[in-house]
Amino acid sequence: MSEPVTAPVTAPAGSAVPEPVIELTAVCRDYPAQPPVRALDDVSFRVARGDYLAIVGPSGSGKSTLLNVLGLLDRPSSGSYRLDGTETTTLRDGDRTKLRGDRIGFVFQSFHLLAHRSVVENVMLAEIYGGHPRKGRRERALGALERVGLGHRVNFPPDRLSGGERQRAAMARALMGEPSLLLCDEPTGNLDSRNTEAVLDLFDELRAQGLTIVVITHEREVSTRAGRRVRITDGALVEEA
Amino acid sequence: MHVRDLVGEAVAGMLARPVRSALTTLGTVLGITTLVITLGVAATAGNQIVGRFDELVATAITVEVPESPNVPLVGWDSLDRVTRLRGVVSAAAVAETKDSSNLSVRSNDLVDPARVTTQSLTVLAATTGLPEAARGRIVEGRFYDAGHVKRADRVAVLGDQAAKMLGVTRLDRAPAIFIGKHAYTVIGILGDLRRERNLSTAVIVPPTVGKRFGLRDVTRVLVNTSLGAADLIAGQAPNALSPGNGDQLQVVAPPSPTRARDQAQDDVNALFLILGLVSLVVGAVGIANVTLVTVMERVAEIGLRRSLGAARRHIAAQFLLESTLIGLAGGVIGASVGVVAVVAVSAAKQWTPLLDVRLAIGAPIAGAVVGLLAGLYPALRAARMEPVDALR
Repeated sequence: MSEPVTAPVTAPAGSAVPEPVIELTAVCRDYPAQPPVRALDDVSFRVARGDYLAIVGPSGSGKSTLLNVLGLLDRPSSGSYRLDGTETTTLRDGDRTKLRGDRIGFVFQSFHLLAHRSVVENVMLAEIYGGHPRKGRRERALGALERVGLGHRVNFPPDRLSGGERQRAAMARALMGEPSLLLCDEPTGNLDSRNTEAVLDLFDELRAQGLTIVVITHEREVSTRAGRRVRITDGALVEEA
Repeated sequence: MHVRDLVGEAVAGMLARPVRSALTTLGTVLGITTLVITLGVAATAGNQIVGRFDELVATAITVEVPESPNVPLVGWDSLDRVTRLRGVVSAAAVAETKDSSNLSVRSNDLVDPARVTTQSLTVLAATTGLPEAARGRIVEGRFYDAGHVKRADRVAVLGDQAAKMLGVTRLDRAPAIFIGKHAYTVIGILGDLRRERNLSTAVIVPPTVGKRFGLRDVTRVLVNTSLGAADLIAGQAPNALSPGNGDQLQVVAPPSPTRARDQAQDDVNALFLILGLVSLVVGAVGIANVTLVTVMERVAEIGLRRSLGAARRHIAAQFLLESTLIGLAGGVIGASVGVVAVVAVSAAKQWTPLLDVRLAIGAPIAGAVVGLLAGLYPALRAARMEPVDALR
């Protein structure tokens, strides 16, 4: 009986430690201005598979810049960012787009659901770019909706859902295509406490299923539920206990 | 990205704002409709003009016989050889000279100071087939026949205008007219001429009688052919009339149908064509405008799609396809409205509608091209958008 392979194929041969999902090394991001604004200042951290990480900080601290860099929406000015073992800073635009579509599921504060499509159609949207087969797409979307507990709302238009339901629909969309990383930008910013609770419970469930989650938030309630917490202040990152 | 997904997204984007999309197509609809109506009605009307040519002019041949000092080029009896030709419907030989075109004719010998009794009229000699050859009708009485010609009977047939001028209204009392000093019995009145209308003011006598007025030789032969035979008969008639001297005869043949059609096509009203093109340009500007507004409204959607892995070309393709579909829809509606209008105009005018298949197929394509061109700039704007900015 052979040894089951647990490490990802991208991991170096013979490595005992699996490749981290996120590995940032000395990342800086400057915005051209007079004088230049340094939004990220020598940021280094790792996120291992299955981590649940909260990034907290006041507004203007560089949270959004960090999220854009992590989500491959923005390039760091210097430093290295490895996603699933792939060095992303040297990739061309098209490859970054492909990697983004394949590996990252986004959850936004304002949900970004298309108003004219039903919930299930919104979820299916996640698979139209990239080489996903058309066959079975609807079934996969229905499965993702079941996973977030929205199986009873599949044919509703988004504007007939509550805020918490909308965010869960957006999460179902992010879960389509089995991403390595769920990247959430203030996911509870538009929700009341009851719906926040439901979304946070869902994060716990997903984490228990082995998903890697990074949440950017300024809400204490959200950050305390995360396994790890990092604080960003003036572009510099500090790990909190 | 699968093509069907792309089409699906574009259609969904178009149908998400149905009223706006419908209004956006209006400019293209107007432009394409104007173009289809202009071209369709012009082609239909052109066909009608050709149809009338076919009926009247395209079958009429006139052979002019020049004067010959010695033997006449065309004898009275040679007309038989023309009527025998296949494709000839009717033919008549006519003799008319300068001298005979101004003879004084009066209806009686009385001198009435109160009215003009003497008219100066054309006298010409013709064979018995003249009413058919001139496409006229005997209004009163009859035309002279072979017997009259053979016996050289002193009979005459008046054109309807000539009869009116001479005061000849009824034939039951066998009225006489005087040409010069001699009296002739009027046996018929010829009217409703559709060819050789000058015959209506003429006095027509048998060839055997015409000799008295110097109408010895045939000067003109009128031939009517069946449809499409004109070209052929125009080549054959001179040789049949005057074997050996055919090249001295002048044949006046109708223009060939293709040339008639070309002329009709030239009559296409350029103004309406320009109007249609201007409407198309306006339609394109309208589509470009609305698509640009739509792009600006859907910035968040563009950001979302980019975050889901859409490349710039996917975004560009979607917006380009949306504007192309709007143009195509405008083209299809415009072509349909235009075709219905052409048929309606034809029905009202009792014409046969003539629709070029290329026009019916080309119009929607033209609409799509208008939409495509109009969508270029907005699609480029959408594709250039940075996902970071779009999601902000």
